[in-house]
Amino acid sequence: MPTLTFIEHNGTTHQVKGDIGQSVMQAATFASVPGIPADCGGACSCATCHTYVDEAWLSKVQAPEGMENDMLEYAFERRDNSRLSCQLIISQEMDGMVLHLPSSQF
Amino acid sequence: MTLASVVIVGAGQAGFQVAASLRQEGYDGRITLIGDEPGLPYQRPPLSKAYLLGKIQATNLLFRPADFYTTQRIELLHDQASAIDRLNRRVILASGAAVSYDHLVLATGAHNRPLPVPGAELPQVFGIKTKADADALAPLAKAARNVVVIGAGFIGLEFAAVAAALGANVHVLELGERPMARAVSREMSELFRQAHEAWGVHFDFRQGLSRIDGDNGKVCAVQTGDGRALPADLVVFGIGVIPNAQLATEAGLDIENGIKVDASLLTSDPQISALGDVASFPCLQNDEQHTRLESVQNAIDQARAVAARLMGKPAPYSALPWFWTDQGDLKLQIAGLSNGYDSTVVLGSVEDKQVSVLCFRHDRLVAVESCNRMGDHMAARKILARAPKLTAVEAAADGFDLKAWEAANRD
Ligand SMILES: Cc1cc2nc3c(=O)[nH]c(=O)nc-3n(C[C@H](O)[C@H](O)[C@H](O)COP(=O)(O)OP(=O)(O)OC[C@H]3O[C@@H](n4cnc5c(N)ncnc54)[C@H](O)[C@@H]3O)c2cc1C
Ligand code: FES
Repeated sequence: MPTLTFIEHNGTTHQVKGDIGQSVMQAATFASVPGIPADCGGACSCATCHTYVDEAWLSKVQAPEGMENDMLEYAFERRDNSRLSCQLIISQEMDGMVLHLPSSQF
Repeated sequence: MTLASVVIVGAGQAGFQVAASLRQEGYDGRITLIGDEPGLPYQRPPLSKAYLLGKIQATNLLFRPADFYTTQRIELLHDQASAIDRLNRRVILASGAAVSYDHLVLATGAHNRPLPVPGAELPQVFGIKTKADADALAPLAKAARNVVVIGAGFIGLEFAAVAAALGANVHVLELGERPMARAVSREMSELFRQAHEAWGVHFDFRQGLSRIDGDNGKVCAVQTGDGRALPADLVVFGIGVIPNAQLATEAGLDIENGIKVDASLLTSDPQISALGDVASFPCLQNDEQHTRLESVQNAIDQARAVAARLMGKPAPYSALPWFWTDQGDLKLQIAGLSNGYDSTVVLGSVEDKQVSVLCFRHDRLVAVESCNRMGDHMAARKILARAPKLTAVEAAADGFDLKAWEAANRD
């Protein structure tokens, strides 16, 4: 089970175990990491599961494509390392990955 | 905070969210969440799409794992509320037990309008509402050769796309004259009709059915209103829903196409709130007429509003309605309500199936329907959240870009 680290905007850190094939969003919400409302439940329709992939881990994930990229344009404070966590599927390669949460999702 | 106990009836999208939001807002009292479905609370949207295709697993449907309810002290009761004793502020359960409340939240949702024809009771005839429905339907959908879908609304069309993708011949019967007629513009209906036809779906508009024929207890044909027999081994219907308002009716609460609530989502009894699919509320985007919406957004935003009010932060409910549906490779997203629109402006390219339809009423933008144009949808949500100043003439100008307009017209 890969372990992911979520760092809230205020610095609070959460270590979360995720299943391979599960979305990063679900791993986080299942572990009650705050600040990810994920209103649409992973349908890539709400942009309230926005996270920043830590720069050191960017090579392990692809750049957002198509509809995710379009949705992200309207996410709160988008950056180059922004991803919608419901579209990030956990793989063994991601073990240890660090993700940062934005100050708001709306 | 003086409420010692909040009882929520219905552990679906809205009921779950009220419980979760109350804890998030710091509510420390007792929360009882009563649900009559087995298992943990789960989301419905994938039931008619990704879940049926096997693209997501059952655990991915859950809002939260079991330990969430323990750590958050949300008492999940698998039972059915059978009566409300308003005088003594108790909910009576089917098991015979009773739960006392200081505040009661009704989030009982809606059930599928049954198919009113002979043969509807055959085992291969399905509505899709619950995980149990989807679990029973999935293997039949994979094996089906001839599928008849009754109703070209969102759920019927989502299933039609799934069945076509699984290789079945799909025939859709619809009483109206176009797909999703009650919810989307003509232009968007037309785009979806063409897309479904390209996937092999066959439509029969202005057409109902008179009965479903069985052979040895198995569906074999659907008799259309005009007397044709369509071969069928599976029938799926989506012909609207009926709000689960019986509990409220029997308790004497005001009813008007669902449980009638005021702008703060309170019923005619100030100790009882109602929200989600079952509630009919004065909708800001529908000229404050009482309106019942069936969407995830409506359930979640109303839940947040109820939780905030119970925590002493009342505000009239005003959230912008938005919705999505996934059919094949098309994602349709709707922001606002297009009721009574009188003109449209179409942006994008019909050939590429990337289209936004801007719906205007008296030259005021009331809704934007976007197919595979997520950026437009998100821009529309921002634009419609405030009184929009965009005119139809402006939108119809050559080269008009909704996202650019939104960016140029922020506060
Ligand atoms: C197949 C399907 C696909 C959908 N797809 C989308 C989509 O793509 N996008 C979108 O925005 N929306 C979609 N929706 C709509 C969305 O799921 C609903 O609007 C939402 O679930 C409403 O939430 P609710 O809590 O009001 O009702 P529900 O989620 O239906 O929950 C109500 C619960 O209350 C229970 N209940 C009722 N009476 C009692 C009682 N007396 N005692 C105990 N429990 C009781 C019911 O069994 C049910 O579990 C879809 C719905 C379905 C069925
Ligand atoms: S959960 Fe809605 S876009 Fe990710």
